[in-house]
Amino acid sequence: MDIHEHQAKDILAKFGVPVPNGGLAYSPEQAAYQAREIGLPVVIKAQIHSGGRGEAGGVKFCRTDEEVREFAANILGRQLVTKQSGPAGKGVYRLWVEAATDIAQEIYLGFVLDRKSERIMIVASGAGGMEIEDLAENDPDSLVRMIIDPASGLCDFEARELAFRLGLTGSQIGQMVNTLRACYRAYRDLDATMVEINPLAITGSGDLVALDAKMSFDTNAMFRRPEVAALRDLSQEDPREAMAAGSGLSYIGLDGDIGCIINGAGLAMATMDMIKLAGAEPANFLDIGGGASAERVVTAFRTVLTDPNVSVILVNIFAGINRCDWIAAGVVQAYKEVGMTIPVVVRLAGTNVEEGRRILESADVPIITAGTLAEAAEAAVKARPNAAAA
Amino acid sequence: MAILITPETKIIVQGISGRIGQFHAQEMIETGTNVVGGVTPGRGGTTVLGRPVFNTVREAVEATGADASLMFVPPPVAADAMMEAADAGIRVAVSVADGIPAQDMMKVKRFLRRYKETRKMRLIGPNCAGVISPGVGFMGIMPPHIYMPGRVGIVGRSGTLGYEAASQMKELGIGVSTSVGIGGDPINGSSFKDILELFENDPDTDAVMMIGEIGGPQEAEAAEYIRDHMTKPVAAYIAGLSAPKGRKMGHAGAIISAFGESAQEKVVILQEAGIKVAPNPSSMGVTVAEILGKKAAA
Repeated sequence: MDIHEHQAKDILAKFGVPVPNGGLAYSPEQAAYQAREIGLPVVIKAQIHSGGRGEAGGVKFCRTDEEVREFAANILGRQLVTKQSGPAGKGVYRLWVEAATDIAQEIYLGFVLDRKSERIMIVASGAGGMEIEDLAENDPDSLVRMIIDPASGLCDFEARELAFRLGLTGSQIGQMVNTLRACYRAYRDLDATMVEINPLAITGSGDLVALDAKMSFDTNAMFRRPEVAALRDLSQEDPREAMAAGSGLSYIGLDGDIGCIINGAGLAMATMDMIKLAGAEPANFLDIGGGASAERVVTAFRTVLTDPNVSVILVNIFAGINRCDWIAAGVVQAYKEVGMTIPVVVRLAGTNVEEGRRILESADVPIITAGTLAEAAEAAVKARPNAAAA
Repeated sequence: MAILITPETKIIVQGISGRIGQFHAQEMIETGTNVVGGVTPGRGGTTVLGRPVFNTVREAVEATGADASLMFVPPPVAADAMMEAADAGIRVAVSVADGIPAQDMMKVKRFLRRYKETRKMRLIGPNCAGVISPGVGFMGIMPPHIYMPGRVGIVGRSGTLGYEAASQMKELGIGVSTSVGIGGDPINGSSFKDILELFENDPDTDAVMMIGEIGGPQEAEAAEYIRDHMTKPVAAYIAGLSAPKGRKMGHAGAIISAFGESAQEKVVILQEAGIKVAPNPSSMGVTVAEILGKKAAA
């Protein structure tokens, strides 16, 4: 789960990370008010869940009240397309107005889950400002990595060592140690999966300040972090994916026309690969999860059908913790309730498969059945209304 | 005699009183698995499916001599159940829970290091289908009838793709020594390499089918191990050729976030290590037949 920059700064500031003075605005009037309170010049930053805002025109340095109002009026309500946002972009509904900072140097600072060591890893570079991917490609030698033992947490000597390796001096060492400890505690105490400060600026007077901040959180841990869960902004999420997640489905919209309803993430990916090999493209990834009820299957059909590009639905279930009879009942119920107008291909295997097949056969619905994964993918590709023409 | 589950293995089910726990425990018992009891805090002294239920894992181990545990414990408390089992002396544990916080798993892995190798618990999962040694027994949620007893090991992240491989192999008359689901989470108890080591040392396994997917470094680590240390042939399949970068494909761990984590890159890494990679998911069975030197029936 992602949050906005202003929320991340708010959290990190509470843990002790220095951030510039700033305020939130939902309208040009509020932006002008905040700018007046903070004192011009200010930097105005569009709040969206995506990086690359600067290049896309979502960040502006404003010297006057008119500039503040004009930029705010222009950007609020717009879809901002960045190189990370996808072609549809993300809606701008709030702005962060912040005191302008005199920057002498930029540092990159990131906390991530390192899957190799299975621990939290700090990645830092004295050449900040760039995206981490570009840093890794263009200046890999500048990257400093440090893995933290969860039993001891980040020790001060480790933080000091990292500060020295980044070339910091004098009072910056102590400031850096505080910043690293604050980020680590925020990561650990709030079940984050990523904390990134880029850039962590060294100001003209030699002090450290976080100019941009990103945090992502472990959705599996939100049950015990209600204060973080409350920061979720649905306007930044794909509405279909959010709706599906609410019903226990894992859905990701893609560009093809074969709608997929599958159990298990691995089988879902494999079925998508199979569709591609059969000469078509999947419209979505969808894992109905374990122990799926008939109702959840109906919701899966409704979710897949919200995509107007879908011309056939492929259901592929290899049941273990699921049960083919429940799935089959769900398919039949969906067919009747949803008012299906496109072909449906169903492949069932595993737990209670005979019962499942019998339910499909005895129901009066024109479902195409398949025995194997390959047959199912081929049948779905052939069943498309435009298949003969293509 | 296969890996992880042998005829001597005594299994308890943590969470045996729940609906899902009971359904699968019953299947285990019906297929001859040696289930000796269960644990549900507060239900000690009762019986489920004719097996005694205990309040703690320690009591269950003391009373039954159990050395393995299958956990049907919900994600928020799953890590605690793992640590309880490890502390009580369980040697092999399987967790099927999907949705455990990553930092809980970080804690569990650190916790397991408290114990010496001679009594350390081997954790399989979480978010996995479990372990089955066909004809001997199983600990998990897989449909046991799709597996034919035999001499090929299966190890995979995805449960359902493991079923797919086993049923394709059965069609070709190829049986399974043990099938292990290591789970789809970013931090798991056992890696591909851990399980491959067991298969390499198992006299009843002749070859291994390894089923990977996008995300994480474990397939590359396995490729290195296979190249440098394995004498038995290994076939592989990697799911997610059509997966877009930066999107999480269902499994918390199935996301391409670093170099070498896409399906294409993993296929190349495996092939360079001399591993035969199935070109698509419906040819997992025939690829196993090829490495066994058998003529493919299909």
